[in-house]
Amino acid sequence: MSDFVQAALALAPEDPAACLRELGKNGRKIWQGQTMPNRKTENWKYTSLRVLEEGDYLRRSEGGAVTDVQAIERLIASDSLTATPIVFINGQYSEALSAQSMPAGVSCVQFSHADSAQQTVIGAALGRIADAARHPFVALNDSTCEDGLLIDVAPDTRLKNSLQICNIVLPQAQSYTVQQRVLLNIGSGADASVIERYVSNTSKQNCFINSVTEVALADNARLSHYYLDMAGEDALHIGGVYVDLGRDATYNGFQLGHGGNLQRLDLQVNHNVSGSHCELNGIYLPNKAQLVDFHTCVEHRAPHCTTNEVYRGIVGDAAKAVFNGRIHIHPDAQKTVADLSNKNLLTSYNAEVDTKPELEIYADDVKCSHGATVAQLDEKSLYYLRSRGIDHDAAVMMLSYGFISEVLDSITDAGLRGLLQPLLSQAISEEFHLQVATS
Amino acid sequence: MLSIKDLHATVDGKEILKGLSLEIGSGEVHAIMGPNGSGKSTLGHVLAGRDGYEATGGSVTFKGQDLLSLAAEERAREGVFLAFQYPVEVPGVSNMEFMKASVDAVRAHRGEEPIDSMSFMKTARAKTKLVDLDEQFLKRGVNEGFSGGEKKRNELLQMMMLEPSLCILDETDSGLDIDALKVVADGVNGLRDAERSFIMVTHYQRLLDFIKPDFVHVLSDGKIIKSGDHSLALELEDKGYGWLLPEAPAA
Repeated sequence: MSDFVQAALALAPEDPAACLRELGKNGRKIWQGQTMPNRKTENWKYTSLRVLEEGDYLRRSEGGAVTDVQAIERLIASDSLTATPIVFINGQYSEALSAQSMPAGVSCVQFSHADSAQQTVIGAALGRIADAARHPFVALNDSTCEDGLLIDVAPDTRLKNSLQICNIVLPQAQSYTVQQRVLLNIGSGADASVIERYVSNTSKQNCFINSVTEVALADNARLSHYYLDMAGEDALHIGGVYVDLGRDATYNGFQLGHGGNLQRLDLQVNHNVSGSHCELNGIYLPNKAQLVDFHTCVEHRAPHCTTNEVYRGIVGDAAKAVFNGRIHIHPDAQKTVADLSNKNLLTSYNAEVDTKPELEIYADDVKCSHGATVAQLDEKSLYYLRSRGIDHDAAVMMLSYGFISEVLDSITDAGLRGLLQPLLSQAISEEFHLQVATS
Repeated sequence: MLSIKDLHATVDGKEILKGLSLEIGSGEVHAIMGPNGSGKSTLGHVLAGRDGYEATGGSVTFKGQDLLSLAAEERAREGVFLAFQYPVEVPGVSNMEFMKASVDAVRAHRGEEPIDSMSFMKTARAKTKLVDLDEQFLKRGVNEGFSGGEKKRNELLQMMMLEPSLCILDETDSGLDIDALKVVADGVNGLRDAERSFIMVTHYQRLLDFIKPDFVHVLSDGKIIKSGDHSLALELEDKGYGWLLPEAPAA
């Protein structure tokens, strides 16, 4: 166990940028002082890290040499998606594939290229929201972080198109680790949309991705944040998104877990000042022997904040999905309105879902609800559709798509929706082993 | 059009239909009445092809074909339509999307191209008006959050869109107020023609005041025990079922 802890430190950079030194030092202290999470660790009870520990991933990426540029470009953009690309190949920023300039009001800086003023800003922001003491893989990311990205959206900027941080992973001769670190600062009154996507050209991947994103929304700022994990079946990904909301800020989060050998995403949202709102939506679709684990945690520390959380999962074959939705309402968070719903559809007798809505309430004037269901496709609904002439497979598609459509409707970037629809149809037909043509 | 001969059927292994025979000609309207548990709804589901509703004996011939050998969706495409007693809510699938898929499936079966969206919408809007539903219902999830009456009218709407040749109405009148009942009756009467037949399963003779049946049958314990014309319904209204039932004690 501790072998992995020690060995992972070899990934630490020898000469990190100034802004990363303090973070690395603290991170290593925490990382070394712990054992790897295991079945007795409550937050990791259902998710085994064996595949990571037994794999040979602790090796730095060789970076991003691209042979087939056109194929890569097709991964980044589609006919529908018009987002401004910021591209990383195997963890390394690709200037050639990224947009040559950012929209007005947006600055995008790599940690390694930041000037001294920016270094100070980055240094102060790193680790402020993502708590390494609570999240072991944040500690690992802190310990070994070599570079990263700061995106700053100026106050009152209104972005027309989404920004897309496109993390592409490609197989290398030897398996390797990608560390990604992103800081998103959304200025007061700004309205932005950011897509963070992990994607690959083939399911045959041999990387371990450890990513941390820290998001700070200033007062009255709005952010739609789409986090899509589609790195391929063989990639391992442990990721975290940590969000601080200013007064009256709105965070619309969407997460997709397409399924992989190990896919774990932690999402934490902090309502620190009154009047903020968050919508958290997510879909997971593991099949075969895949695993998706979503852990969400919303901290209501101030009054008059609202949370609406809707997650839907379709789980097939011998796959496993873990959902833990924690909403913690502190004594001062009066007038909180929080709702949490998690519904799961199993397509096989061997599929497994471990779902746990977790409401902890210390204020007395709040309105909260939670619910979780695990079920199979409703035979009566299938019969109803078939009795109208729709064949079995098309009816299955229709019902399953209907099952997740409420969550899909939360995506306001029409281009992104257009990109996802065929992928989701494909994923659903695989879940049910359907032969239908998907369009 | 439909010939049912000595039909036996089980649900979850329990025999519900015990030798039911019924002949329905083109353009005829048949009402099936009977006490609770007599097998009225089972008949509808056996004809529509619900899984678990198994015919164990007898035959059903629909337009010359062995109906029982067809899957539920094939029966629908051949022109069998069951208006459900309890229509199913299908969240996330819009009524419009559902009906278009359904109309296109029936068209494909006839070798026709899918209907273009514009004409579909135009027809759907017009029919929506006929069943007294707001156009908004086309955009909503199928039956999602509909009231009982709205669900029944939505069944009628689907029936109008699909133009089936055999319409089975399973207690479509149950729970409707008089205005809604009139809407349903007008809808059904509007669909009556020489090529289309109806089986109306009902508890209440009230429906038959608005849709005049050619034949009335009484179903009891899985068999038709009496058939007649409209006057039988009036007699039932007057006397109840007791006088027909074999185990009824002598008055």
